[in-house]
Amino acid sequence: MSNSDDKTQAVSEKTVETSDRPGGSSKGIIVLCFFIGLAASLAFGWGVFPKLLYSRKQQPIDFNHSLHAGVVSNGCESCHFLRDDGAYSGAPKLAQCIDCHQDVQGNSPEEAKFVDQYVKKGIEVPWLVYARQPACVFFSHAAHIKAAKMDCVTCHGKIGESEHLKVYEQNRISGYSRDIEGASLINMLGFKKHTWDRMKMDDCSECHQKQKAVMGSVQTQKEGCFVCHK
Amino acid sequence: MKSEQNQENTKKFGMVIDLDVCTGCGSCMVACMAENNVPFRKDESDKLKSITWMRVYKLTNGKPYPETDICYLPRPCQHCEGHEGHSPCVSVCPATATDYDMQTGIVSQIYTRCFGCRYCMAACPYHARYFNWYDPVWPKGMEKYLNPDVSVRMRGVVEKCSLCIHRYQAAKNKAFMEGKTEIEEGDYQTACTQACPAGAITFGDLNNPSHAVYKLKQQPHAFRLLERLGANPKIYYVSSREWVRRAGDNYLKNEGPAKIG
Repeated sequence: MSNSDDKTQAVSEKTVETSDRPGGSSKGIIVLCFFIGLAASLAFGWGVFPKLLYSRKQQPIDFNHSLHAGVVSNGCESCHFLRDDGAYSGAPKLAQCIDCHQDVQGNSPEEAKFVDQYVKKGIEVPWLVYARQPACVFFSHAAHIKAAKMDCVTCHGKIGESEHLKVYEQNRISGYSRDIEGASLINMLGFKKHTWDRMKMDDCSECHQKQKAVMGSVQTQKEGCFVCHK
Repeated sequence: MKSEQNQENTKKFGMVIDLDVCTGCGSCMVACMAENNVPFRKDESDKLKSITWMRVYKLTNGKPYPETDICYLPRPCQHCEGHEGHSPCVSVCPATATDYDMQTGIVSQIYTRCFGCRYCMAACPYHARYFNWYDPVWPKGMEKYLNPDVSVRMRGVVEKCSLCIHRYQAAKNKAFMEGKTEIEEGDYQTACTQACPAGAITFGDLNNPSHAVYKLKQQPHAFRLLERLGANPKIYYVSSREWVRRAGDNYLKNEGPAKIG
């Protein structure tokens, strides 16, 4: 900042020699306005706009993964299982929950809300899926879990130990979850610590390139497009 | 794991279509449209605007009765291999929206990547590619019957036959659940193959000697469309009629398919 001040001073001094004072100070004001404007745009672009872009939604029920993981017998696959044809069941349906939650079991207000509003009325819970990909994406849980023998934690992190569900942030323009585009601005730019920080095409391709020796695609020398697209 | 994925597992999916058996009923066209969420318009008579991934053409020998003869020719995307995967459409695509996969031999089309320049349509010698002039509009209630395994296309992009790649993906999923790494011939069949009541279409891996197409493509009467262009398509046709085989390319009077080899 001091550097630029020096410059403006130098500029105003120069103008003093050739013309009178009012012209010189107006140039200083222009430079000042430029920096104020720049700072304001940066603050808006990095601070305000990302907040405006995403609408924040709460899940209908604040599900406690940690509590359930202790009760079920088969780990994550007790509720998030693969069907016999290799399709992934995703978030469990009411029919599965009803096995235990016909009536209120404990004293959690969230469970009471779940039983009252969904189980008794027979309405499916409209869960917001953080990992929902666009329609053109084909992702096979079977290929990753069964064929590549990966575990859930590798991509999803320790969700199973969480006690609350985080806020679902939805891009107002694209309609996709923020977890796809990057959980933070740094993640969006491609710098990430965890697999689940960002789930864009480059993130899939990064791992696929490491794992496979033969790349089918003629255009990109990566994996064929139809491996992950449909 | 890495070496297992090597050359010997490289697949080359393709078809052999018996033109002597095809009755031109159009079941393949209907099955294809239903399977792949192909949009249609109220008036489908304008063929410049309609979309048909699988299209049955009618050929005639142009002779008067009693020598008159017709032949129906189903034409999906020919999935040209070209020279080392440089098929006509893949070579010209500036958006990397279409690509040739050496692992399956399928020419892919990614609709979200395509920006609709239509170079590929101009390059395709088989008119197998179609442009979406409009956003698809389904009759009320019909959107519930759309295939969830195939993404629907939007206005302004090019689409074409994918050899029902979603069925390959599903077949592989099932194989993984059963602890297998390879799929059987019957696990992955295209919608048109299964819909053909005459059994004119045979689908399989052209590289695999145990698949039916491997032998069928070697029949003496097997030919490919516009073979001399060098597009190296993977859809083979079979006909015992010489005029049909001649119709497969622009032959001069004194040459014929037999002479080309």
